Amino acid sequence: MDLTSKDFGALRVITVGDARIDAAVAIRFKDMMRGLTEGGPKRVVLDLAAVGFLDSSGLGAVVAAMKQLGPDRSLELAGLTPMVEKVFRLTRMDTVFTIHPDVAAATGRLADAG
Amino acid sequence: MLDRSFTFMGRARDHRRAAISPDGQRIRLVCAGDDTSVRRILHLAVSALRRMGIAPQACGNAEIVLAEVLNNVVEHAYADHGRGVIEIEIERRRDVLDVHVRDDGRPMPRGEIPLGRPHDLDVPPHALPEGGFGWLLVRELTETLEYHRSANRNELHFCLALTATNRIN
Repeated sequence: MDLTSKDFGALRVITVGDARIDAAVAIRFKDMMRGLTEGGPKRVVLDLAAVGFLDSSGLGAVVAAMKQLGPDRSLELAGLTPMVEKVFRLTRMDTVFTIHPDVAAATGRLADAG
Repeated sequence: MLDRSFTFMGRARDHRRAAISPDGQRIRLVCAGDDTSVRRILHLAVSALRRMGIAPQACGNAEIVLAEVLNNVVEHAYADHGRGVIEIEIERRRDVLDVHVRDDGRPMPRGEIPLGRPHDLDVPPHALPEGGFGWLLVRELTETLEYHRSANRNELHFCLALTATNRIN
């Protein structure tokens, strides 16, 4: 699993390099997300622009990654590709997450300070 | 070269390719019951559907539904076995893809396909569900969905719309 973390001031962007988050990698994804978010900024944005496919196990792992941040921190999503967006929409999980069109929209002016 | 005999008996060499029938209307795949094999078979299935000229959106829906159905076989039907074989047959019929998935694992709980009802998401974040999305996705993306158990065999039969008039885009 290829995950990259970069901070933009008070915001951490985690970029998924894999094309799929599925049953084969869901547990590893969740564990790596725990390592990459521990002790970091309150706001975390997960960049899914490279992810073309996410199944229900992958969706569960994204929800788990959000829950393990705890009540005072947030996991937001960015760059949902059409099939990933469809899975979030059909399961209504698009109503649970703040979803940005892309990372630039999520970081906004913070990118200039990064 | 196409598989002339197009037999539906499983063979080890079938694990590496999708057999498309001579008329180009049917695909047959055999998959080992583990996560990595499911990933590979989904790639083969979608490649074969594209070669059959199925539109990208219908290929995407087929990939989501097949992923959930095959994951379910691996995680539940074959949970005790460790490994098993899954057979997949996809037939193009006018405006639907007619799909059969067979395995020799445990039956569905109570002999029925789980309902896959939408979750109550109006809950605090810590109470959000991390699973149970699979059958919801399958039910939303299929036109028909049937389960049949005979002897030691599970058979799931479903139809996927091929046209853009599908109720879910």
